[in-house]
Amino acid sequence: MSDDELIWRIAGGSGDGIDSTSQNFAKALMRSGLDVFTHRHYPSRIRGGHTYVEIRAAGHEVQSRGDGYNFLLALGDSFARNPKEEAYYGNEEIKPLSENLDELREGGIIVYDEGLLGEEDVAELDLEERAEENDWHVFPLDLRSLAKEHGREVMRNTAGVGATAALLEMDLAHIEDLMEDAMSGDVLEANLDILHEAHDTVAEEYDFEHDLRVPTGEHDDEQALLSGSNAIAYGALDAGCRFIAGYPMTPWTDVFTIMSQNLPEIGGISEQVEDEIAAAALAVGASHAGAKAMSGSSGGGFALMSEPLGLAEMTETPIVLLESMRAGPSTGMPTKPEQGDLEFTLYTSQGDSSRVVFAPGNVEEAYEQTRLAFHIAYEYQIPSIIIYDQKLSGENTNVDVSFFDREPAPDLGSTLTEEELAEAAHDASGKFHRFQHEPDGDNHVSPRSLPGQQGGRYLATGNEHTPAGHISEDPDNRVFQMERRIQKLESIREELDDEHESNQTYFGDETADFGIITWGSSQGVVVEAVERLNEQGHAVKGIGVSDMMPFPESEMVEFIESVDQAMVVEMNATAQFRGLIQKELGRYGDKLTSLLKYNGNPFEPAEIVEGYELNVNGSDEEPSAQVRIEPAAGD
Amino acid sequence: MSAFNAIGEEREIDRDEFTPGLEPQPTWCPGCGDFGVLKALKQALPEIGKTPDEVLTVTGIGCSGKLNSYLETYGFHTIHGRSLPVARAAKLANDGLEVIAAGGDGDGYGIGGNHFMHTARENHDITYIVFNNEVFGLTKGQTSPTSPKGHKSKTTPHGNAKSPIRPLSLALTSGATYIARTAAVNPNQAKEIIKEAIEHDGFAHIDFLTQCPTWNKDARQYVPYVDVQESDDYDFDVHDRQEAQEMMFETENALHEGTVLTGRYFVDERPSYQEQKKELGEMPEEPLAERYFDDDYEWERSYDLLERHK
Repeated sequence: MSDDELIWRIAGGSGDGIDSTSQNFAKALMRSGLDVFTHRHYPSRIRGGHTYVEIRAAGHEVQSRGDGYNFLLALGDSFARNPKEEAYYGNEEIKPLSENLDELREGGIIVYDEGLLGEEDVAELDLEERAEENDWHVFPLDLRSLAKEHGREVMRNTAGVGATAALLEMDLAHIEDLMEDAMSGDVLEANLDILHEAHDTVAEEYDFEHDLRVPTGEHDDEQALLSGSNAIAYGALDAGCRFIAGYPMTPWTDVFTIMSQNLPEIGGISEQVEDEIAAAALAVGASHAGAKAMSGSSGGGFALMSEPLGLAEMTETPIVLLESMRAGPSTGMPTKPEQGDLEFTLYTSQGDSSRVVFAPGNVEEAYEQTRLAFHIAYEYQIPSIIIYDQKLSGENTNVDVSFFDREPAPDLGSTLTEEELAEAAHDASGKFHRFQHEPDGDNHVSPRSLPGQQGGRYLATGNEHTPAGHISEDPDNRVFQMERRIQKLESIREELDDEHESNQTYFGDETADFGIITWGSSQGVVVEAVERLNEQGHAVKGIGVSDMMPFPESEMVEFIESVDQAMVVEMNATAQFRGLIQKELGRYGDKLTSLLKYNGNPFEPAEIVEGYELNVNGSDEEPSAQVRIEPAAGD
Repeated sequence: MSAFNAIGEEREIDRDEFTPGLEPQPTWCPGCGDFGVLKALKQALPEIGKTPDEVLTVTGIGCSGKLNSYLETYGFHTIHGRSLPVARAAKLANDGLEVIAAGGDGDGYGIGGNHFMHTARENHDITYIVFNNEVFGLTKGQTSPTSPKGHKSKTTPHGNAKSPIRPLSLALTSGATYIARTAAVNPNQAKEIIKEAIEHDGFAHIDFLTQCPTWNKDARQYVPYVDVQESDDYDFDVHDRQEAQEMMFETENALHEGTVLTGRYFVDERPSYQEQKKELGEMPEEPLAERYFDDDYEWERSYDLLERHK
């Protein structure tokens, strides 16, 4: 846990502007040369309820939310005014303060809005006593009155930011610039007034005995603050995707709305449709007719997509689907992350699966692997799925702008032109052999035609079919077609191994004999935990796996063989990825343990460190309440 | 140069072009009404100047789903109830295509009922033919959404307690802009209606009565039928929603009672979904699919969108 970092938490009710305020504040920190990483915690509720956003900023690279935080800006929940709701939600007004105190680090700062959090409420919290114990520095400020005086009550966020800047001795310039970009006229004037008033009041009236200041940092490049959802959407656009169909569902909606807002401007089409079955079927129809198309959903909506997904496999129609996981089963916890849909995503739909599944580990990988997912889908005529979760979806981090400076890839893959079709094999009746038994290439792909092309006529069908697409139950044809579809996965594996940099991320001490294996969005936090363990003198290495199907067999064997013991870290209760490793490799049951967390909150680095220690040293004590160690299973 | 030369191609088209040369032979039972749809389509398409390569027929599952196995066009035989979402996306991606969707009464009014309602509401410029034989055929004769009340089958041994769907009224209230009913036993009318439906700019729904000689022996075989446009007994304005509504209601009641009324019921000029989307700037003027073949097209990069993230 380093002291040269700021982890600023702004807490209040949904609808209080927590999101927009934190987004701007994160950008201001980024513009001052810091690396940033945001973490969003919110209830499934439009207004009120306890919500917070954490911004971690440091002069060094940050890949996770970190452990705890050191600055709390507690706004009262201005929307929780219905006394009847107390039965369900407790006293919302004091929650921004009370709910957040446990994770505040020693020496931390608290700014709370005494205009909203009444004296009596605060007294209940034994705040003074606890502050003394933990060396907290508490600043009760009447943010509400200050905001009202210069503008409107709702602008107390701005007052809070002004106070924060004063306490951290931050330059206001970046914050002012961002406000000028986002607002204008009276609203801008009022906000600027409030910002300065709060800043100056705090700067003049208080002695700063705390040690926390805004860290110093320096970027070489221009930076952009992006979420995983942004990165996926941009990866899709740069891959030439110009058609999206969907149905809103948290957290997949983020990508859907980003795409919908951009596509019309650049000549693409976005369709919000009646349900997820339709959404995925539209992606299939659009791709069949010659567009690069995608759809997606979260667990429950993805369940509905299993039919069109199977249809895409059988008709070899390229599509990209997103599976943005949230805690399940069923509706589960709509706004909380979990990695519980892995097995579901791998095997959804009837029959033998022939699909590609990528699980990016951070924002940059989300962009890269979305581009790759489109390439593979269209080259191999197979559905590609990006599986990610609420955490990666909503976490913002800074990326060098130059990272995105590359050419679009609008290639439709193995699709023929009319000139090529004229040379291709046809039935005596004139039907094009779209599903050849033995395609010309050695990658098991039989090139397709598009409706409207001269001489490319064929039947696409979800039934088993002959080369021209006629429905057929002929056993020999069945075996040919089945093997061709399944063997495409081997060809894809070969391409991924030979022509692309590995999608797996390696980190830590190469010579270590203890390994930590993780997948998807848990990667960043494991990277940080492994760094910390090595700094503490342990020898640990890690791998963040992104290829779920086809499975990176040789890389995994090499990694597991190189260690005595490996711990698989994932956010679910049934060790789904560990199960996949054992299924794919058929061994290592005695070598792998699991560290599991499934309480709706993502791992923090300290929990991984604790998991490591329990693994290596053993203990009679149970690990932290919400983390579970699952021992190795025998072969 | 266009990547889709078949689209808009003008030449004399022979009816036989729509008939597969060799295989497969239809698996429909002798006397099946589905032959009537196939025949009407084969007659209608050349008459409106469509070549097999510029037509995409999208079907669901069941006997009706096999339509495009026996019709020489681009075909997509999808899955039960899902022909419409596939069809409308294909039309959105390349609106130069002539897109015809087809399915059965279970497929179209049961499992695909939600898609039917929304495709009609949005008024996609496609033709939708529902083979209505009031029974599930390929799964061997179970009760369907259009089976009459009291219908006995293996799944309703004591008789169907449900009243049948009213497909014409449902299409109207959902927003379809061309609505007709025809029957396999009436080939001339069927051909004319299919031609009109294809040429109509908007969602054209045809409730196509197809007798099932195997599983619905007791049901009316839709003869004698009455063409409401030909008969002096029925006088209503197909452009008047109110009058059309009343006539549809009467037609649907009459079928329950054993009288088969067919014809056009409603024609409206509301702009199609594609037109409206283009007008709002939500869809490109040129077919999206063409762009992937245009080497000169300048693809926008996400790099150019990053300003807002800095």
